[in-house]
Amino acid sequence: MARRENSDINAGSMADIAFLLLIFFLVTTTMDVDTGLTRRLPPPAQNQDDTEVDVKKRNIFVVLVNSKNQLQVQGELMQIENLKEACKEFVANPNDLENMPEKEEIEIPYFGLYRVSKGVVSLQNDRGTEYGTYIAVQDALIAAYNELRDELAVKRFGKKYDNLPEDQQEAVRDVFPQRISEAEPKNIGGN
Amino acid sequence: MAKFTRKGKGGTPAISTASLPDIVFMLLFFFMVTTVMREVEMKIKLRIPEATQIKKLEKKSLVSYIYIGEPIPKYQSFFGTEPRIQLNDKFASVSDIRQFIESERAARDEAEVPLLTTSLKVDDECEMGIVTDVKQELREVQALKINYSTRKKVE
Repeated sequence: MARRENSDINAGSMADIAFLLLIFFLVTTTMDVDTGLTRRLPPPAQNQDDTEVDVKKRNIFVVLVNSKNQLQVQGELMQIENLKEACKEFVANPNDLENMPEKEEIEIPYFGLYRVSKGVVSLQNDRGTEYGTYIAVQDALIAAYNELRDELAVKRFGKKYDNLPEDQQEAVRDVFPQRISEAEPKNIGGN
Repeated sequence: MAKFTRKGKGGTPAISTASLPDIVFMLLFFFMVTTVMREVEMKIKLRIPEATQIKKLEKKSLVSYIYIGEPIPKYQSFFGTEPRIQLNDKFASVSDIRQFIESERAARDEAEVPLLTTSLKVDDECEMGIVTDVKQELREVQALKINYSTRKKVE
């Protein structure tokens, strides 16, 4: 019996089996990470009086989207590309203009007494608006707030908003609270 | 002059492939762990819109999905070409959402219910009318945390 010494099992085909399994998992794997715009819906309207919150006209940034995907901002036609800048300027109101939102002095940690803008974005869309356009508008509005927060965070803490510790993030959030309100749906514009 | 001497009988010795299975198994386990099997069969045309301000959706187990879009050609003869809602594997109407959310809640721990997020996967070209109806229904059932599923915009 000369072959008796070489008695270990031939493991050469193990690799083939493992490869087969590997390829199966490679093919079936979907590695997509779910990403998206996170929003919070308002609680259901109890009665009509509750929804009518008294907000001064100068504090509201009105964004309307019609069924032809056109954008009307503060009474004027606008392209989506310009929406972010317009919203930023409105909310920040750097020159304290008459037709832009009022400011209210609020005590905020890290900032002391800060004049917080009372601006609110009001978004209303038609039932015929394309979803892609709606998302583009939402994205631009969220981008406006995020950029304001980033700018403030860099100015005050020297870091971007996302890299700040939790309590500083909260302070920045207090300075620029994201107030995007969606009007109760109406069938405006028709065709 | 040094001599290059060959040991043994000559011919290059075979590279040991004994560790190959280990390497492949390592890869295999990686893919097994990261794999998420596709749970639902898409019955609608779904092209997710793009956005820049996206956030990752944490805790996939706490997310329920609502798909909205045009039925794919296979189902168009029966369901038409108007955008429809798909819940799990079935086409549904707006009134089915209430039941869907409630069953999603029942399947979870009570403490986790407030953390439930509803992810809206809506086709790019779909009209807002049906999305608005869905959002109103979600407000009614107090499922207020929503997420508009979007892809990252390539700039």
